[in-house]
Amino acid sequence: MLGNHAIVEGAIAAGCRFFAGYPITPANEICEHMAQRMPEVGGRFIQMEDELGSIYAICGASLAGKKAMTATASAGYNYMQEGIEYAVADEIPIVIVDVMRQRGENFPTQSDVMQARYGAAGDHEMIVLTPSSVQELFDLTFEAFNLAERFRNPVIVLSEATISLMREGIRIPPPDQLEVVNRKKPIVPPKEFMAFRGEEDLVPRMSEIGDGYQVLYTHNPHDERGRIAWTPRMYEELYNRIEKKIAGKADEIAMYDAESTEDAEVVVIAYGSEARGCIEAVRTARGMGVKAGMLKLKNIWPVPAKAMQDSTRKAKKVLVPEMNTGRYVHVVKEVLGCSAEVISVPKNQGRIHSPEEILSEIRRHSSWSIRI
Amino acid sequence: MEHPNLKYVRGGELPHMFCQGCGCGQIMNALLFAIDQLRLDTRKMVAIGGVGCSSRIPAYLDMYAIHGIHGRTLAYATGIKLAKPEVKVVVLTGDGDCGSIGGNHLIHAARRNLDVTVIMVNNGVYAMTGGQVAPTTARGLYTTTSPRGNVERPFDICKLVETAGATYVARWTTAHPGALIQAIKQALSHRGFAFIEVVSQCPTIHGRHSLGIADPVENIEYLRKKSITRDQAAKASAEELNGKIVVGKFVEKRLPTLEDCYRELEAKVAATC
Repeated sequence: MLGNHAIVEGAIAAGCRFFAGYPITPANEICEHMAQRMPEVGGRFIQMEDELGSIYAICGASLAGKKAMTATASAGYNYMQEGIEYAVADEIPIVIVDVMRQRGENFPTQSDVMQARYGAAGDHEMIVLTPSSVQELFDLTFEAFNLAERFRNPVIVLSEATISLMREGIRIPPPDQLEVVNRKKPIVPPKEFMAFRGEEDLVPRMSEIGDGYQVLYTHNPHDERGRIAWTPRMYEELYNRIEKKIAGKADEIAMYDAESTEDAEVVVIAYGSEARGCIEAVRTARGMGVKAGMLKLKNIWPVPAKAMQDSTRKAKKVLVPEMNTGRYVHVVKEVLGCSAEVISVPKNQGRIHSPEEILSEIRRHSSWSIRI
Repeated sequence: MEHPNLKYVRGGELPHMFCQGCGCGQIMNALLFAIDQLRLDTRKMVAIGGVGCSSRIPAYLDMYAIHGIHGRTLAYATGIKLAKPEVKVVVLTGDGDCGSIGGNHLIHAARRNLDVTVIMVNNGVYAMTGGQVAPTTARGLYTTTSPRGNVERPFDICKLVETAGATYVARWTTAHPGALIQAIKQALSHRGFAFIEVVSQCPTIHGRHSLGIADPVENIEYLRKKSITRDQAAKASAEELNGKIVVGKFVEKRLPTLEDCYRELEAKVAATC
């Protein structure tokens, strides 16, 4: 299956019934396949006039009770930051796929890892998933909807030209094996309903347009009922809660695969397509007797700090290969900088590191190196 | 005695934030009279505003409301209408909100004949931000960003949406409250893209600084005097039309809405599945 089609199938399996998009390479197959599939599953597809149209159309559909998604690529993702900020502030569950591409060109990159986290204005935390295979495009798009519904927040699936345009065999589990999460509905009558009062998990319940709950969704600071109002303390409480509902669950959200990390002296931390070559290199290094380990991150935001710490207990050096000029390495340094030497391994040529390249980096940085 | 439209106002929201003599209160009241006279169920309605003075009106209405992002009202509306066609959508927007930053969404919503009512309050200026020139500001007028007079031609947004495919288009001013209520009733009852431009006074900024009229009543009087009906305009010369506000209903026709087109498509898909 084509990567971009796996995204669509993952979304549908999660209950996505509304898609709005605008053409952009290398995300077009998502839009095209959605146009084909939405009417077949009782959903609706619309090609909007621009990316701003797409992001707000999915906000509108989500407020009206539908699970909604859009897909774009880096340049289009820029435009969407405006709507993502609104969705964060009004706690609207939506899913956005960004198939990263190089500036003005369609070749692969991982250069949106910071935009995905910090692109939107205002204080916020973000959930960003980083699939590395066609199977994971399905799995993580499915998961993205569950997380969006659970946290009432936008969730980003950060794909890459590399994976989105790749064909691989995948397994789509039967519906009864998939656990679909839906947003919490109000349990009190409209007059008592506090649309922006976090429950124990800091996430408020959510009504839907047309059900009589008459909620005001304002971009301005608002009280728990949703009314425009602000005092300095209320302002701080509102945005702290919105950030904390996700930041406080970083370890719970964390999705990763750790391999051979228990005794590893050199640990490779990679995400997305970069992880593909790394795992092979780590296994080869192990075969050579090098104590190498691998941590593959399936979400990079909120930062899976505990996974990083747990996987590098014995590590002296941590390598962070990326298909950009070296960006996420700064985050890894922030987490592990005091316990290990964190080394950036960037490659910004529109292609991932080969296993040989990673292997040579592992050997260069391992205390026990064999010369062949 | 309580105001008859108070029942449609969100609890605890008054007093409103509009300046004394602003047209937004009149327009909100006209909308509420129209809703009341049509006996619409506000539980099945949503009001959407962007950013600007008029876009604040939805926040006062006791219905689902979006007080959203600048210019994006019709993009929200598209998602809502496709997700829940039975919900009635009223967009309250300004000349800057929908005629400038939201212009693309406006023309495409009109082209699609999206089944919504758009009330565009045209006060000829960016008032909330302090009086910058708008796409609707008359030529030669002084604003904070046209300190030597506006060099650009103003936009006729009624003509724009008519050309784009709107199926109901009308223009009135705050000096025509009765006609405005009637027009809003027609627009709310219309199936398809209904657009009403309401030329409104802004005594605080536009009136005082650009027109030299600070008094609200004089501002409304100014709008009344400048207005001519569509029929009068048809007989007038270009010179006589200069600086006039042409009021009346320009378009009212029945064409398939976006929802109709989706239903047709879905019936086709159902037949082949």
